[in-house]
Amino acid sequence: MAATSVHQGNPPAALETPKIAVQDLNLWYGSFHALKNVRVDVLPRKITAFIGPSGCGKSTVLRTFNRMNDLIKGVRVTGKVLIDDHNIYEEDTDLIRLRKRVGMVFQRPNPFPISVFENVAYGPRIHGETRRRRLEELVEKSLRATALWDDLKDRLSTPALGLSPEQQQRLCLSRLLAVEPDVLLMDEPCSALDPIATARIEELAVELSKDFTIVIVTHNMQQAARISHVTAFFLLGELLECGETSQIFTNPKNEKTEQYITGRFG
Amino acid sequence: MKPSSLSHSVSEKIIETFIHLSAAVSIVGLVLIFIFIGKESLPVFTSPEIRREASLSKIFLPQSPEPGEEKVFRWQPVSVVPKYSLLPLVVGTLKATAVALLFAIPLALAAALFTSEFAPSWLREWVKPVIELLAGIPSVVMGFFALIVMATYVQELFGLDFRLNAISAGIALGLAVVPVVYTMAEDALSAVPQSYREGSIALGATPWQTAWRVVLPAAFPGIFAACILGLGRAIGETMIVLMASGNAAVSSWSPTDPFRSLSATIAAEMGEVVRGSTHYHVLFFIGVLLFLFTFFINYLGQLFVERLRQKLSGTDK
Ligand SMILES: Nc1ncnc2c1ncn2[C@@H]1O[C@H](COP(=O)(O)OP(=O)(O)OP(=O)(O)O)[C@@H](O)[C@H]1O
Ligand SMILES: [Mg+2]
Repeated sequence: MAATSVHQGNPPAALETPKIAVQDLNLWYGSFHALKNVRVDVLPRKITAFIGPSGCGKSTVLRTFNRMNDLIKGVRVTGKVLIDDHNIYEEDTDLIRLRKRVGMVFQRPNPFPISVFENVAYGPRIHGETRRRRLEELVEKSLRATALWDDLKDRLSTPALGLSPEQQQRLCLSRLLAVEPDVLLMDEPCSALDPIATARIEELAVELSKDFTIVIVTHNMQQAARISHVTAFFLLGELLECGETSQIFTNPKNEKTEQYITGRFG
Repeated sequence: MKPSSLSHSVSEKIIETFIHLSAAVSIVGLVLIFIFIGKESLPVFTSPEIRREASLSKIFLPQSPEPGEEKVFRWQPVSVVPKYSLLPLVVGTLKATAVALLFAIPLALAAALFTSEFAPSWLREWVKPVIELLAGIPSVVMGFFALIVMATYVQELFGLDFRLNAISAGIALGLAVVPVVYTMAEDALSAVPQSYREGSIALGATPWQTAWRVVLPAAFPGIFAACILGLGRAIGETMIVLMASGNAAVSSWSPTDPFRSLSATIAAEMGEVVRGSTHYHVLFFIGVLLFLFTFFINYLGQLFVERLRQKLSGTDK
């Protein structure tokens, strides 16, 4: 493998200041070098898609944005991740505030085994909100934002685990929105859903991208093509190419990108 | 290929039959034990002679020791006029059980929460086996320890009148309950999916908030079941209370008084009782009571745990 990684420039709309700027990011799981000199910009209020074959490090990059990798033993990170121009790997970073600002939904919907209401109210509660009125407002607002309110407004006290997988994933999104983040990280949010539910979650992501910066990891090439503005292609821990989605999918500069998006490997 | 697969299926059959047989034997054994105990306690209901001394009302309602005296609850099975009130024994059992659970459950749950949520893995690998080892200490050793060592310290610490009392016996009993509750609670906590913890941490929760507000409620059915199991252990445990309770059948709710438990009464008196006497049948009746106690506690506990599980997983109704 080449010692230096290939960077194919920043996305074209580089005039805009990026919400997240990743600079020379390296990450090791023990002795395994999982991310190699990754540089990528995430634009505000856009959807950025991370694509690439299994094990190339997409989730790992995503988890550096809210420092969830800190939970894994033996992880070592060098380089910078600037969010709003602040390097979150600086020692004075307040992880609680960081994770409040940078929320995450997971591959499998993971609502807590408590009621719908309590799930959504959980975030505000742990951040100190105790006023019942305010909690109710936040729950309603967050459920409306994911189009769950009309379905669930009479069932707020029912257990969240009784919902359908799609509703559960929406609920996880609402739970995030309730802490009022500005970045949403989604790690293959539709992989446990059927095609119809997937389409509706995609619609929701597009809708949310008006207000939020969204980074989505996906194995589904059509999904990346349909909803994202910028696509980044990873291979073996390196960022091979990053650009406007239409360009990546119609006119990739890197040969490997082309092979991947045309399904010749991965 | 054929002969080997044939012998395979034969050995499979043998193993299956063996397992079924062992299950059947233990169930039949249990039923036979209950029938035996039940049969031996039956005269308390049927025999007129025995009912004259120990009818249900004599067992459960206050009686006058001498005609005209004040009515009291008294267990004095070998006095000139034998008295068979079970109330002092029931009170003793409940008192010791309450102290034991008050001591053991918080301790066991705190330890379980610590090992499953906060302890570094090397520490967990130490703490878990050590606590579980506690379950392997014979209760007679625990009773001896309570009787000889602990009772003195407890008496000094609280400045108590009696050396043997429900506090020291309850704590010793609690030591026997801790591993039972701990093991099961720890399993319940460890079985909580990692994804709940991740979801909570990713929302900006601290590990403590995550443990307290997410992991604990998610594990609650299992933790409740652990407590029920501990309760059953405390009610049935004999040796520790026999040795550390002072064995005085007084009906006092005060935890600083000596007491006598149902199980210890059977253990202490069954050896000397005249076969077929009233006392003998009443002791078996106590056995039936203990059996029913534990049976109902476990049954209700399970019912409740099942309801909780369904409620949490959203499969009720
Ligand atoms: N906790 C961990 N400990 C050690 N190695 C890990 C750990 N998590 C991931 N890895 C390794 O790091 C590499 C990148 O993993 P990552 O999960 O980021 O890949 P991914 O692109 O998200 O893959 P997928 O598409 O399968 O989700 C893989 O080779 C994986 O084996
Ligand atoms: Mg992944």
